[in-house]
Formats: sequence, C-alpha cells, structure tokens
Amino acid sequence: MSTPIIDARPHERRELIAVLQRMLPAGALLSEQEDLRPYECDGLSAYRELPMLVALPDTVEQVRAILAACRERGVPVVARGAGTGLSGGALPNPNGLLLSLAKFNRTLQIDENNRTARVQPGVRNLAISQAVAPFGLYYAPDPSSQIACTIGGNVAENAGGIHCLKYGLTVHNIQSLQFLTMDGSLITVGGSALDAPGYDLLAFMTGSEGLLGVVVEITVKLLAHPERAQVVLAAFDDVEKAGNAVAAIIGAGIVPAGLEMMDNLAIRAAEQFVHAGYPVDAAAILLCELDGVNEEVSEQILQVREILKQCGATESHTARDERERTLFWAGRKAAFPAVGRLAPDYYCMDGTIPRKHLAQVLRRIGEMSADAGLAVANVFHAGDGNLHPLILYDASKPGDLGRVEELGARILELCVTVGGTITGEHGVGIEKINQMCVQFPAPALAQLHALKHAFDPDGLLNPGKAVPTLQRCAEYGAMHVHGGSLPFPDLERF
Amino acid sequence: MNDAYDSSKELQAQVHAAIHSGEPLQISGGGSKSFYGRATSGTCLAAHSHRGIVSYDACELVLTARAGTPLKQVEAVLAERNQMLAFEPPHLGESATLGGAIATGLSGPRRPYAGAARDFVLGVKLINGHGEILSFGGQVMKNVAGYDVARLMVGALGTLGVLLEISLKVLPRPATELTLVQHRTPDEAIEVMNIWARRSLPLSGCCYDGDRLYVRLCGAGSAVRAAHDKIGGEILANAHEFWQGLREQRHAFFDGSLPLWRVAVPPAQPPLDLSGKWLIDWGGAQRWLKSNADAATIRRAAAECGGHVTLFRGGDRGEEIFHPLAPELFSLHRRIKNAMDPKHIFNPGRMYPNL
Ligand SMILES: Cc1cc2nc3c(=O)[nH]c(=O)nc-3n(C[C@H](O)[C@H](O)[C@H](O)COP(=O)(O)OP(=O)(O)OC[C@H]3O[C@@H](n4cnc5c(N)ncnc54)[C@H](O)[C@@H]3O)c2cc1C
Ligand SMILES: Cc1cc2nc3c(=O)[nH]c(=O)nc-3n(C[C@H](O)[C@H](O)[C@H](O)COP(=O)(O)OP(=O)(O)OC[C@H]3O[C@@H](n4cnc5c(N)ncnc54)[C@H](O)[C@@H]3O)c2cc1C
Repeated sequence: MSTPIIDARPHERRELIAVLQRMLPAGALLSEQEDLRPYECDGLSAYRELPMLVALPDTVEQVRAILAACRERGVPVVARGAGTGLSGGALPNPNGLLLSLAKFNRTLQIDENNRTARVQPGVRNLAISQAVAPFGLYYAPDPSSQIACTIGGNVAENAGGIHCLKYGLTVHNIQSLQFLTMDGSLITVGGSALDAPGYDLLAFMTGSEGLLGVVVEITVKLLAHPERAQVVLAAFDDVEKAGNAVAAIIGAGIVPAGLEMMDNLAIRAAEQFVHAGYPVDAAAILLCELDGVNEEVSEQILQVREILKQCGATESHTARDERERTLFWAGRKAAFPAVGRLAPDYYCMDGTIPRKHLAQVLRRIGEMSADAGLAVANVFHAGDGNLHPLILYDASKPGDLGRVEELGARILELCVTVGGTITGEHGVGIEKINQMCVQFPAPALAQLHALKHAFDPDGLLNPGKAVPTLQRCAEYGAMHVHGGSLPFPDLERF
Repeated sequence: MNDAYDSSKELQAQVHAAIHSGEPLQISGGGSKSFYGRATSGTCLAAHSHRGIVSYDACELVLTARAGTPLKQVEAVLAERNQMLAFEPPHLGESATLGGAIATGLSGPRRPYAGAARDFVLGVKLINGHGEILSFGGQVMKNVAGYDVARLMVGALGTLGVLLEISLKVLPRPATELTLVQHRTPDEAIEVMNIWARRSLPLSGCCYDGDRLYVRLCGAGSAVRAAHDKIGGEILANAHEFWQGLREQRHAFFDGSLPLWRVAVPPAQPPLDLSGKWLIDWGGAQRWLKSNADAATIRRAAAECGGHVTLFRGGDRGEEIFHPLAPELFSLHRRIKNAMDPKHIFNPGRMYPNL
C-alpha cells in the first residue's frame, strides 16, 4: 500500500534488465516508474505495489527465457492477465517481475466438429464466444467481467459466472492446458480426448492462482447454443422469502441456467445505472433463467412462476423478448460498477454457503453492517450459494479501509461457520490470506505447501499469495486473541 | 444408516504402522475393480469398513458419504428423493464402493453430456502419507480456497492417500428418458453423433455397436418428444437394461478372453484402422476395442489423433496399463506423489511403475 522503492536491489535490477533486453523485442520490457504504474494493482485496488519490472513477451520461448533468468537470480514472478481479479492475485511483488500475458491474444484453432477451441491465455473470455459464434457454439462460463478478463486469468481463478449453476465453472469447461513450470518445463495436461491418463492436473492447475505454473495455452470446451433462453424476474418484500424460493426451485428438480439474487440497495443502484426495469421498492429480486429445448423451457417457466407465487413473490415477469431478457441481465451484470457509484469505494466479498443458510446469513450480515456503520449491498449467485456482499466505504477517510477489512473478515468467518468457504470464485490472492488460517488447520496448509513445492521448489511463482505460511497464521491467531480491529495496521503484509 | 461405521481411527492406525514399518498398503474398497490398474502387492487396507452416509440434503444437491459406503446404497438413497449421480459410475461388481468409484474416476454413458466423476466431487476427507486426516474442498458448489486436492484424488487409484469421505454434487433425475435406435455405418454413426452434439438437443447417451446407433434423450416429456421428431429412429423397449448393461460391461461384446482396451479419442475422429471388435460410447469419445493387436500399435494409433488408451481388462497386468506419460509430466507426477505420500506406502505401482 505504501509506495515501494523500486530499486531496492539496484545492481540486480540493472543486470536483469540487461539480460532481458537482449532476449525480448523492443518495448516488451518496462522499467520506468511511470510505465510500471498501470500494473500496480488488479481489481482489488486497495492493495498497490510497483513491480521491479514488467515483461510483455509474445512467444512461449520468451516466457521460458524470462523464467530462466528470474530463477537464476531468485526473482519472484507474478503472472497477469487483464488484472480484473478481485483478490489481489496479480498484485506485483516489489522485488519481482510482473509477467503480462496480454500479448498472447490469439485464437489458435477452432475445431467445430469436436467442439473445442485452442486459445492463448490472453484471449478475453467474451472474445472466445464471439469467435465461435458463426458455428452456433459458445464458451459457457460467463463472469460478469467477461468483456475484459482473460481466459488465462479465468483458469488461474477457476472463474464462474451467472450460468455456472447449470454449465459449471472454468474447471468443467476446459479440456487441456499447456503451462511452463518455473524450471522451464513445458507441460501439457488433459487433451483433445476425454479423461487423460495420470493425475487430474487439469483440475489441479485450475484455480491455482498463478502459483504452480504459467499457463500458455488452453483448449476450451464449446457448447451448442440452447434453442431458447428465457428469464423470469420476481420481486419479494422480504429477503428471507426470496431465499426460500431459491431452495424451492432447486428442490423441485429444476436446474436453472442461472439463479441470481439482489437486495434492495443493489436493486436501486443497478436500476439507476442501467434502467433495467427492476422494482426499486422490493426487498429482493430473483432472476431465474431457464434454457434448453423450447418445449422444456415453456414447461419450466410455468412451474417456476407457480413456485415463486407460492413462496410469496409480490410480482413476477417473464422477459417479453430477447431485448428485455438482455436488459434484465444487464442490470445484474453491471451490479458491481452500479453499486460502485453509491460510494467512493467498494469492497467485494466472495463467500459461499450452503443455500439453506441464505436467509440467516443475510440477516447476520445486515446486523454486522449496522454495527460497523458501513453499508453493504448484496448481489449473489443464489443458486449455488455464492454471496457477493459489497461493502461501501471511502478510502480517503483514515481508518475506513481497516474497518472494511475487519467487517469483511467477519463475514467470511461467518461463511466458514455455517459450513461454507471463504471464496467461491474470486480466489484467495492476498486479500483472504488470513481467512485461509480459519478455514484450514496447519497440517492441511503444510500439505498445500508440499504440493506447491512439487511444482515450484524455490517458491518463486506468485509468492505470498493463496496459501499462508504457518507463521503468518500463528501471528493472525495471536492478533485475533487480542480481539477487535487489526491492531497492527502497518504489519508486514508480503 | 444401520450399518454405518466410522473406522477412520483404525485406518489411520494402520497407515501409521505402515509408515513405521515401510511396508506398503494396498487400499481396497470392495475389490470390485481389482482387475483394473496394475497388479501390486502389499498389506491390505480394507476401506470398505468405513461406511455410511454422513449427510444428504436433497435441496442442497449435496451428498457426503464415507468412502466404504456401497455404491448401491448411495444410489438407493438418492433415488428416494428422485436424484442421481449424474456421472453414472460403473459398479463392475456387487461390492463396489463409493471410494473405489472416485479413486478409479470412471464414468458411465452420460459422461460427455453431464460430466465425469471428477466434475461432481466437491470435497474429500483423506489420510495422507504422514497419517494425517485432512479435508479439502467442501460441501458447497463453488470453492476455490486452496489447491483442488479433492479433484486430484479422483482417478489417482489410491496412490496419493486413503479416501475417507467424499462430498458430491448430485442432480435431479430427468422426468423422462427415451432411447432411439437407427441403423448406420461406422462413419455415418460417428458423424451423426457429433452433428447432434452441435445442436440444442437433450442428449444423455450415444452408443454405436457396429450396426445400431443408440441415442438416449432426457428431460421434460415435451422436450424428449420434440427431439424424437427431429432426429427420428425406433424406440428401444428395454432401454434401461441396455444402458446399464453398457455401463456394467455386460453386453455380449465384452465376453471372451481378448484384452479389452479403452480408446479415448476426439469424438469426431473417424474410425481407427486397428484390427479387432469395436463398441463406441460417449458419442464417439470413448471406444472399446477387443483386440490382440500389440500395445504399441494401439497406443500409436490413438496418440496420432490426439487420443490415449488404457488396457482395461486382461493382457499383461504387470506391464504398462495406462498410456505412458511424457517424461516431464511423469517426473511431476513423482514429485506430487512424494508431496502426498513421501514414504510411498499407498498402492505403489498401481498406476505406473515407480509411482
Ligand atoms: C466487475 C467485475 C466483475 C467480476 N465478476 C466475476 C464473476 O462473475 N465471476 C468470477 O469468477 N470472477 C469475477 N470477477 C473477477 C475476475 O474478473 C476473475 O477472477 C478473472 O478470472 C480474472 O481474470 P484476469 O485475466 O483479469 O486475471 P488477473 O486479474 O490478471 O489475474 C488473476 C490471477 O490469475 C493469475 N494468472 C493470470 N494469467 C495467468 C496465466 N496465464 N498463467 C498463470 N496464472 C495466471 C494471476 O497471477 C492472478 O493470480 C469480476 C471482476 C470484476 C472487476
Ligand atoms: C493379501 C491380500 C489381502 C486382501 N484382502 C482384501 C480384503 O480384506 N478386502 C477386500 O475387499 N479386498 C482384499 N484384497 C483384494 C485387493 O485389495 C484388490 O484386488 C485390490 O487391491 C483392490 O480392490 P479394489 O479396491 O479395486 O476395489 P475397488 O473398491 O473397486 O477400488 C478400485 C481402486 O480404488 C482404490 N480405492 C478403493 N477405495 C479407496 C479408498 N477409500 N481410498 C483410496 N483409494 C481407494 C483401490 O486402491 C483401487 O485402486 C486383498 C488382496 C491381497 C493381495
């Protein structure tokens, strides 16, 4: 958070620049402070660090050479896609090199018969679906950030989206990966045939937050566009009733393509921002999308509307046409930036809980929000119990961020208490590193470190993220015993 | 469950003993898939005693059970609430356990349309090679805290640890299923299965026996009828037995003593030029081959089109059963094995020699 001294090790830095300049094309290495500035943070802008250097290679050989040069000198490497991550996963290391994959932006092959596409990691999520649209195919995971985020970043975070309730997360929608380990080995896992031999490293790499290898190629699975998609919007005068409706829909044996919920603060923000036609006085709305074969969608819409009525929906509408359907979703997809207009800053949380605790957890979050004097808007993937409480604050007010982080930590710990997890799709990064100590006991963390060691024995890839050291957990435990807000705001964080 | 029993402490004690003596353990679930994988030796660790459903909440679509729970019991409990394991795990014997199903990572006919065993695993509790009982993943649909050790265990054949508990995502059973049959040549069959997969059709199985193409549709009654109109074909009367027979390898195709190979290729790959009898499943993605052709020839043919093969049954079980891995990938496997099981006590050599 403080401005780092970028040449803490001036001699090593100069030497590394000289070596890298020899192997990279002109303009592919940034070392001036003003050029480094755009890379100082990802979507979690509360954390900022200038990297020692930024490299923008465009071939696998260049990446391999960069890794070799860094490894030889013990310089940490942080991979970066589009920098939309919300947990500080791509936060630079002040003594390290930031490896941008932005130039790896080509779609290498579309195999329409086998329904796959081979792409480079810097290709944007939405660009894949656009490239394969002429074949009637699409790539299913659709994070709200899909215009900007890269498929490499999606793999590293195991990103989800509105439609992952039915179609799964990134891990369910990729078939093969190629990655470089820190020692320069180019490893292919998965393949164009299903269920490859050996350990499931395709799954293991997914969600590993850039700590195990640098992904340089991805083969994604493509799906046929459903014949029809239809969305129902329902309003409730009570959040608890909306939560019960979610359980009732799933309990009836329906698996909607998407089932999303927003609370009043989020509804008002989104409505002001995109004029989606949301009922602004509702306590909560549900968006339930049904897709598939025409006849089935018709049947399920009737079923869902009946369930919604029984669960006490004050109103429900089926989108009249594709335009209105897109509009209903536009409000949801823009919910983060919309809420962002309500206050100078917002902090997005990402816990997942068993659905049955939805109402109870929302009530507790409301109470904690009131106690902390910080407004919280709730937007979430209700169908899979993935909450995104957005805490509103003002970073320029001294002490505000500290209180926000404290409230966020309590919310995540509540998620763990009811049997859930501290992160559903945004990753641990640097942000939830302390909460990992709450979710995992020391031997489990030691096991994760041993696995990291199998890929990266020197610990040079994205150090300090995702899995806390046992020492760090001991300190965090001690801080907790002292209670209240974090007593050492300036404690070493990296 | 009346016969539920928690034997984790006994299993843990046996693992500790093995760590001290250095004598490897052969983990056994129900022993139903002991033909699969490479032949190994060691003291038996009988995981089937650790059984029982730990929790099941139909509205959450999540079931957690101990690894030794009979697969039959898991399926019966789900059926009471009109739900299922959508990856249709093959039992391959009466005694099959949930742990064995996850450790082998095998999936049935629905796999290309619904997902594989690993796609439904949400979390596991295991004993690692230090004898510690650890949990990874969880019981919620989305969880990216920590590396995905739960999915790493799927298909690892017990070489990385003893599975104690497994949490799975389960799905509602489709309201209707209908199987249609068409006569096709091999080339046509593969082509048409892949054309269907590129359309919005409610597919849940596609199999070809050299003459007849079987396609299973599922979903709302109206949707299945509409799909029937689109693709045509005769309705198969005893469809349930057919798909179960395919999953359980009970069809006449599987009889006889010739080695059985599982050939995985990109689904639209035209028929491979290898001698033997073929049965095509998974819409073209999994092809069973009964053949005397030598292993190297079969492996080469599959690898040339981006595929891989497994010697599923028969043949020489002391030799390579699974498709050989590239050297750098294999050495990564060794390092992962060392990270989970540093003393190499769990099923050594079951998957690959020296692993
Ligand atoms: C408005 C908004 C909405 C969002 N909505 C969603 C949502 O609905 N669902 C969701 O899941 N996420 C969402 N996100 C979070 C974010 O978009 C995702 O985590 C995304 O996957 C990050 O992709 P990226 O390319 O921006 O990666 P970055 O932020 O650049 O990096 C993320 C992590 O991936 C690593 N990484 C990147 N590329 C590689 C590579 N090639 N090899 C190895 N490691 C790599 C980085 O080191 C870092 O740890 C949202 C973010 C914003 C700002
Ligand atoms: C001396 C000796 C004694 C034996 N004693 C028994 C016995 O008492 N009971 C018995 O059933 N068989 C016994 N067997 C049979 C032997 O265990 C099987 O041939 C073989 O080891 C595996 O059976 P199975 O696990 O494949 O069955 P499946 O349940 O089909 O298991 C398939 C695979 O999954 C693995 N696996 C199963 N459960 C787990 C788990 N919980 N965690 C991790 N991996 C798992 C297995 O190791 C195997 O790789 C014995 C064999 C020998 C040589």
